[in-house]
Amino acid sequence: MKIFALTRASDSAQAIAAAAKATTAQQGAEIRFIGGGTTLIDLMKLNVEQPKTLIDINRLPLDKIEALPDGGLTIGAVVRNSDLAYHPLVQKNYAVLSEAILSGASAQLRNMATTAGNLLQRTRCMYFRATDMPCNKREPGSGCAAITGANRSLAILGTSEHCIATNPSDMNVAMVALEATIHVRGTKGERSIPIADFHVLPGNTPQRETVLEPGDLITHVTLPPPAPGNRSLYLKLRDRASYEFALASAAVVITVADGKITRARIALGGVGTKPWRSTEAEDELTGQSATEAVFRKAAGAALRDAKPQSQNGFKVELAKRCLVHGLKLATQNA
Amino acid sequence: MSDQSESEEKSEVQSCEFAKSTRRTFLSRLGMAGLLASARPVASAVEESSGKEQVLSPESKDAIPVTLRVNGEKYDLRIDPRTTLLDCLREHLHLTGSKKGCDHGQCGACTVHINGRRVNSCLCLAAMHEDEEITTVEGIGQPGNLHAVQAAFLAHDAYQCGYCTSGQIMSAVALLKEPCGSEDAEVKEFMSGNICRCGAYPNIVAAIQSVRQNPKPKAG
Repeated sequence: MKIFALTRASDSAQAIAAAAKATTAQQGAEIRFIGGGTTLIDLMKLNVEQPKTLIDINRLPLDKIEALPDGGLTIGAVVRNSDLAYHPLVQKNYAVLSEAILSGASAQLRNMATTAGNLLQRTRCMYFRATDMPCNKREPGSGCAAITGANRSLAILGTSEHCIATNPSDMNVAMVALEATIHVRGTKGERSIPIADFHVLPGNTPQRETVLEPGDLITHVTLPPPAPGNRSLYLKLRDRASYEFALASAAVVITVADGKITRARIALGGVGTKPWRSTEAEDELTGQSATEAVFRKAAGAALRDAKPQSQNGFKVELAKRCLVHGLKLATQNA
Repeated sequence: MSDQSESEEKSEVQSCEFAKSTRRTFLSRLGMAGLLASARPVASAVEESSGKEQVLSPESKDAIPVTLRVNGEKYDLRIDPRTTLLDCLREHLHLTGSKKGCDHGQCGACTVHINGRRVNSCLCLAAMHEDEEITTVEGIGQPGNLHAVQAAFLAHDAYQCGYCTSGQIMSAVALLKEPCGSEDAEVKEFMSGNICRCGAYPNIVAAIQSVRQNPKPKAG
């Protein structure tokens, strides 16, 4: 690990001013905020991340979960994953989020990992993590070793010829299906970013993963009020029963009235270069009967543009079955 | 130095070392002896390595002052900012119950409690945990005064090589206060962050369940 200066932010303005001196907030940032450190310290030990300054934001007053007047929820940036997953309002109104978080990592890591940190969780692509291998995300222009290498766990949606790295987060997938909003404070003031616009596709610049700029501090995330009568769940398929990243996962938020689907929000995990919202699947579901045939059609639409690599062709069918099964579970006895 | 005085000094060192010998001092002596063996006679290697454990943690030129509270004791330290909580516990405080397995948050051998919650100490920077209550396996029980979970691990033979055990125990102690369901399957899920390569899982689950079903068993 390279040496760095460790500083503790006493307030958000100070943290933002200090971080704004970096030339990028993306891969290679010289200044990093640190929350739980579960991704960052790991990557610093591998020399994938080499920040010269760490700004500890854990003492900032961004650790609250509170109900909003409109019935929604606000979640502070440094709220721990375990506190979020077990919060009564989350379990009652946003089951998909609680289930997604509890399906990821381990109890120890969930006690450490923060809400903002999880939004910025980095890919588990082994070539990104190995500094002796080419990786366009870690070192732009060096090539993608995964496309011709071990790509079984990597993405089939949203890829480019430069990068096929999967977004590994479970929480993000649920947040996308819940249409969360990311609240950022930066040098030019505050702004709100719909989560669908927060993560960006790799394209020609896989080193850029989000819209964040130097100095941008995620302060909190808000969830809209739960859709009346909705049911939600997170279904995750993986190589072992626990403590493993998704090969495919589905976040389903669905409302069924008199046998008809009146509203559906669908997101997929483990298959996309970003947490993958499927409006194609939502369009196939809305207004239709909650039957397996409809679910299959929706799953087909969600994976229509899938581009499998040499080792992950199975993910196309796996993701379809995952979504169909998730829809069945979410709508049974509805 | 005459042969006689060297021999006397060595014997004094050895008897003194024997009295406070632990697996760690024994192993570190072996390691040091191995390093020095190629250049010097083994007999003097033993002498040179005695009482020099501080060579494991020379002060870094980048050291910063850090105050930690561990198992109720306060420690004023100067450590490199890169020092993880795990390395600080083991190399600076010589609390070697917490183990280094993967060093990347994947195995759980390094599990400790911070303010009563279990974490992977290998992914914590020690300097970020001032003013917090850190508890290691040494802090939950000692020989003769074992924590119920430690006693249950003994009673249920919940280990083989023992390397992951302190992490397993720290996770299990934390689990007692977590919203874990009563079934074995729930315990397995809650313990999935602690890997046991010997595969002692059935006995680990049995040990934990015995404590949950009978919170105050006899120690030992």
